[in-house]
Amino acid sequence: MADTVDGKKEEADYKRLHNFPLIRHTDMPEEMRVETMELCVTACEKFATNNESAAKMIKESMDKKFGSSWHVVIGEGFGFEITHEVKNLLYMFFGGSLAVCVWKCS
Amino acid sequence: MSNLSEKTVVLRRARLNAATSSLMRFSFKECCFKPVADEPDIEIEGSLVHKDSEEGQILCAEKEVGRKSKTLFSCITTATQTTINPPREVACQTESQPLLVNYSATANQWEIYDFYQEELQKRTSSTKKDEKENEIAEGAEGVHGNLSLLRDFTDKSDHDLAMLSTAAKLLEYAVNENINGDIIADFKHFEDEADEFRGDKGTLLPLWEFQYNKVKSLPVSALCWNKKYNDLFAVGLGSHKFTELECGMLLFYTWRNNNHPEFLFNTDSGVMCVDIHEQKSHLVAVGLFNGNVCVYNLMAKGDQPIYNSMASSGKHSGTVWQVKWWEDDLYGNHTFFSVSADGRVVSWTLGKYELFSTNIIKLPPMDKVPDDLNNVIVTAGLTLDFHKQKPYHFLVGTEAGKIHKGSTHYTRFIKTYEAHFRMVSCVRWNPFNPKVFITCGMDWRVNIWDETTDSPVFTFDLKSSVMDVAWAPYSSTVFAAVTADGKVHVFDLSINRFEALCQQRVVSTKRHLTCIEFNPVHPIIIVGNDRGLVISLKLSPNLRKNPKEEKGKEPSTGAEVEIAKMEKLLILMR
Repeated sequence: MADTVDGKKEEADYKRLHNFPLIRHTDMPEEMRVETMELCVTACEKFATNNESAAKMIKESMDKKFGSSWHVVIGEGFGFEITHEVKNLLYMFFGGSLAVCVWKCS
Repeated sequence: MSNLSEKTVVLRRARLNAATSSLMRFSFKECCFKPVADEPDIEIEGSLVHKDSEEGQILCAEKEVGRKSKTLFSCITTATQTTINPPREVACQTESQPLLVNYSATANQWEIYDFYQEELQKRTSSTKKDEKENEIAEGAEGVHGNLSLLRDFTDKSDHDLAMLSTAAKLLEYAVNENINGDIIADFKHFEDEADEFRGDKGTLLPLWEFQYNKVKSLPVSALCWNKKYNDLFAVGLGSHKFTELECGMLLFYTWRNNNHPEFLFNTDSGVMCVDIHEQKSHLVAVGLFNGNVCVYNLMAKGDQPIYNSMASSGKHSGTVWQVKWWEDDLYGNHTFFSVSADGRVVSWTLGKYELFSTNIIKLPPMDKVPDDLNNVIVTAGLTLDFHKQKPYHFLVGTEAGKIHKGSTHYTRFIKTYEAHFRMVSCVRWNPFNPKVFITCGMDWRVNIWDETTDSPVFTFDLKSSVMDVAWAPYSSTVFAAVTADGKVHVFDLSINRFEALCQQRVVSTKRHLTCIEFNPVHPIIIVGNDRGLVISLKLSPNLRKNPKEEKGKEPSTGAEVEIAKMEKLLILMR
C-alpha cells in the first residue's frame, strides 16, 4: 500500500517537477535557440488548449524573424522524420507532456 | 542610242551586308533555332511593268500616242537602312540550395518523462558534489584515505586548481618512487647477508635523506613518527643557541616524497620538541624556544596553529624542552604535558578556544642554589616521559643531571635518581618492561635503570655527548643512541651486554646528530643532524634478532617474552 501511495505522490510530483522547458535536441546557435525556446514557451502557454493556434503563432513569428519557410509540430505523441536546414532545428519538451518540433526547410 | 530605246527592267534590292546565306532565327514557339526562308528584307513596290504583260501592252499603246510628253528616265531609286542593335552582355547566377539534413525522433509521453527524470538527476547530483567539495579538508590525511574521492574530483573539469593539487601530489609520489626506486627496493627487500659473517655486529643502511632547502641552517631539534600513518613523520627545526636565527619550522615528511615536505609550518621561534597524538594523529603539539606551546591540526587549512599558549596565563617563561600527549581528561578534552627551562611541568588541556594550563609540579632546585633564591634560579627540565602501562607516572630529567619520578596524583616527586654528572638529554621508559628506563646525558654516558634501585643497571660510555636515545619498539633489549660526533650506536642487551652491536658514523665529523627515532612498524630509524638534514637508516638483520630459541620450541614474540628477557638481564646484573 505504501508503494502505491508513494507512486501517486510521485506522479503528482513529476507534473510539478517537470514543468520547466527542456531542450531535447537542437543545432541552433545560442541566441537563436534562446529566442526560439522562449517563443515556443510563450505560444504553448498562451494556447494551452489549442496546439494548432500555438503552432501557427510560432511558425509566423519564425518566418518573420528568420526567413521562410519554417515548419512547426506540437503534440503529445508523434514520430517524425524530417529534412531540415543545418543549424535550424529545435526539438524540445515542455510542461511535462508536450513536445514541440520547429525546423526550417524551403 | 538604240540601247536607250530598249526597255530593260531592273529590279533593285536592298541587301544587308552582314546577312549570310545560312540565316537562322530563334523561334519562341518551338524553343529552338530555325533556318529562315530566303525572303527579302525589304520589299518596295516599284512602278515598272513588264512590256509583254497586259498592262505593259496597254501602256505601250498609250505611249505610241503621247511619247514626247514623257521624260527619258523613268526609274525611281530609294534607299533605306535599318537600325542595328549593338551587342549586349547578359549574365545570370542562381542561389545555391542550403545544406539539408535529416532528423527523426519520436515524441511519446514516456520518452518525455524519462528525459525529464534524467535531467533532474543530473542537476541534483551536480549540486551534491558542490556541497561535498566545501566540506572535505585537503591534505595528506585525505590523500591517504580517500583515493576514490580524489578520482571523482579529477573527473570534473570545471574545478579549482586547488583540486589538481591532490592529483599533482600523487604524481609527485610516483615520480619520486621512480627516482628512488633502488632505495625503496632496499627498504623493502634488502637484508645484509654479510651480517652472518660479522658475528654479532650489525650495520645501518642509509636510505632516504630528507633535506628541505630553506632550512640548511636550522638544526633538527625533534623527530616524531605518526603512529597511524607509518610513513609520515614530523621534524621540528629550531636552534637553542642565542646567536643563531630566531625562527623555526615544523615539517612533515613522508618517504614517498623526500624532496618536499607534506606539511610545512613556519613558527616565529625555534621548535624544540614535537609530539603527535597517538589516536588523533592530526593533532600535533609543539614546544617552542620562546616558551610557547602550540597545537597544530594537520587537517585544518592554513599556516597557523589551532591553539597557542601565547595568551594563556600559565605559559612558560623558559624554553619548552619536551611536550608529550597524555590521556584525555574526564570530559574528553585532549591533554598534553610540557616541561620547560623555567622548572615547571605543566599540563595543557585543549578547551574550546584556548589552552588551559595546570601546574603539575615544580622541579626542586639544584643543590648549589641557596634557599632564598629557590624561586629565582630554576632548574630546567629537559625531558619528560610517561610510563607506558601506568600513565600517571612520569619521569623528568633535569639539567642538574637528576631524574625525578613523579606522579600526577602527588605534588612531590616520588623518587630521585642521580643519573648523570651533567645535563640529562633524554629519558625514556622501556616499552615492554614496566620497571626499566633509559637515560642519556651530556656526560657521554647512557644508563639503564631499574626503577627500584638507585644506581644504574647498565652504563655505557660513548666517548661523546649523547644527544638522544630511543628504545626499539620491537624488542625490550634493543636501543639506539646518537652522539654529537655524528655516530649512531645500536645496542642489544640480550646479545651483548657490554658493547654496541653497531657504531656507525652517519654524517660528517663536523656535524652533530641531534635526534633519533625508531619507526613503530618498519625496521627503520631516522636521525636528525644540526643542519636540518634527516637521514633514514635501515637496521641490518643482526640488529633485529630475537634470541635463539631452544630447538623444538616455536619462536615466541610478544610483550611477555620481552619483559622476561629484560628480567633475566636484570637478575644477572644484581
